[in-house]
Amino acid sequence: MDNIRALIVDDSSVMRKIVERSLRQAGLSIAQVLEAGNGAEALATVQSNKVDLILCDINMPVMDGLEFVKQLPGVENAKGVPVVMITTEGSEGHVVQALSAGARGYIRKPFTPDQVKEHVLPVLESRS
Amino acid sequence: MNNPSMTSARTRECWLPTLQLATQEVFDLMLACPLEGTPEPPSEEGLDITAMVGLAGQLCGVLSIHCSAKAASHMASRMLGIDPEKAGPEMWDAVGEICNMIAGNFKNKISGLGDGCMLSVPTVITGGDYNVHSMVNDSIQAGFLFEGGPVVVCLEVHN
Repeated sequence: MDNIRALIVDDSSVMRKIVERSLRQAGLSIAQVLEAGNGAEALATVQSNKVDLILCDINMPVMDGLEFVKQLPGVENAKGVPVVMITTEGSEGHVVQALSAGARGYIRKPFTPDQVKEHVLPVLESRS
Repeated sequence: MNNPSMTSARTRECWLPTLQLATQEVFDLMLACPLEGTPEPPSEEGLDITAMVGLAGQLCGVLSIHCSAKAASHMASRMLGIDPEKAGPEMWDAVGEICNMIAGNFKNKISGLGDGCMLSVPTVITGGDYNVHSMVNDSIQAGFLFEGGPVVVCLEVHN
């Protein structure tokens, strides 16, 4: 999939930049990167922008990543947009919770660009 | 209620090496910088940046990382690919996120703890003239050398 518009949701601006760099290092063709600092900001961003992929943290203030994933289907622009969680919460319970809520992938922090590629590519390929 | 298997003395014996491993993995993977462990935790004098993440649930306490402003700027530099001199407020964000990842990586390595322990968002304190008052019953400290300077990671546990 080319010219991907990605939304990166994390309360850490440093982590958002690392995730963006990892996407580029993974060899993905990134046309645009949008950023949000929490789930509520991310919902507003998706409402007003078309995105192809969302990478989302779980532990964030205002609205956490799990709540964001639950509310995302209610946003018109979000139909079929895959969400991959990138989080320190790495337990099986959290993975099950995230996937049940609608996430399509799960990456544990700390991570390598290869791990980002390994989890993001299949999600994008299944969409295209 | 505490999970007995998790809080037994024998299990806690493995917490220090687990904390060391969790910290080294974060620096290795996210900063591309192997951390050298020190036999004893170094003095905290001059370590003016403190990041803390709260733990609640089966394990209650605080995980903190202490380093100098110079070390923090080097951490931000490595994470963002910028000159250390150009790392401004990003250094606090970087240290907070490192602390968050160490806490998450540590709890994910302790059997039975992953689902039963929640993490707070990180808090970062600058300056060394402060006291923390918490109901700590137990603590472990791991010392490291990062770019030649000391870094201390501390886990304080409330029983």
